[in-house]
Amino acid sequence: MSLAVYVFVMAAVTYLIRMVPFTFFRKKIKSRFFRSFLYYIPYAVLSAMTIPAIFYTTHNIYTAIAGTAVAVVLAFLEMPLIVVALAASGSAFLMGLFI
Amino acid sequence: MKNNFLRGMSHGIPIFLGYLSVSFGLGILCVNKAGLSVFQASVISATNLTSAGQKAGIDVIAAGGTIIEMILLQLTINIRYSLMALSLSQKLDKSFTTPHRLLASFGITDEIFAVCSSQKKPLTPAYMYGMILIAATGWVAGTALGAAAGELLPASVSTAMEIVLYGMFIAIIIPPAKKQHSVLFVVIMAAALSVVFKYCLPFISEGFAIIISAIAASVAAALIFPIKDEEETE
Repeated sequence: MSLAVYVFVMAAVTYLIRMVPFTFFRKKIKSRFFRSFLYYIPYAVLSAMTIPAIFYTTHNIYTAIAGTAVAVVLAFLEMPLIVVALAASGSAFLMGLFI
Repeated sequence: MKNNFLRGMSHGIPIFLGYLSVSFGLGILCVNKAGLSVFQASVISATNLTSAGQKAGIDVIAAGGTIIEMILLQLTINIRYSLMALSLSQKLDKSFTTPHRLLASFGITDEIFAVCSSQKKPLTPAYMYGMILIAATGWVAGTALGAAAGELLPASVSTAMEIVLYGMFIAIIIPPAKKQHSVLFVVIMAAALSVVFKYCLPFISEGFAIIISAIAASVAAALIFPIKDEEETE
């Protein structure tokens, strides 16, 4: 199989998954249940993606815990996204120096 | 109009930095595992713009798998984007016409969705384009650099960079969870289910595990804490 076919199929499937609901879903949803569901789904998706995956990101549980802990504290203090994101990475790196 | 574009770009900077580091690893994988060139690796990143889907796709290419396998794998891993697209479709400004929707939908990634859905104002095409442009630049540049430079970066730096995007997710979910019990409930339930899938049901793919966890937690919250009607008026 040629590489171009693989890449085309990958890209086409991924695009359609995003495009169809985004383009063809026009109506404002009336159902209170469904509106509530859509209100909560971003938080649920992000949380399920983060836990437990974040503990495997740095290939070392201690550096990952350090990074996560710093991120949680700074997020609790409502620091900007970029600050929280870079501080998580920086603290994981610093922790790595001591292990 | 121009302001929205610039605002989108500035909101995309953390995504850019995160993508640069994550796609670096993907670039290395393309070369080492599938034997692709720097150009081929960059084309895959530019046309797909998705981390887990691309990693799985490269595995299929490396193994010489079937097209059916490729389609099913991409569907499973990436179907979460449909939920995100549906959620964002409720937040779009009136200026979001069909051509804009066709174009901007290409850039719905976990991170772009996360930042867009945390915006109070309706989303304009310019805002999304600004964010997608800078994020995609980071994604493709990181892939190319990773494919070209391989292991030039010390492991201590590259592994530490992998946590950047997750740090951003935490920054998005914690502040509202602090203020609303309902969001806190959703966050804890989704995380708990995700942990159960990972350790008790490891045969279920990561993509499906995320979808099932997120849907279950959101349905539960929608039943227990239905949103008030005022919240819909934007």
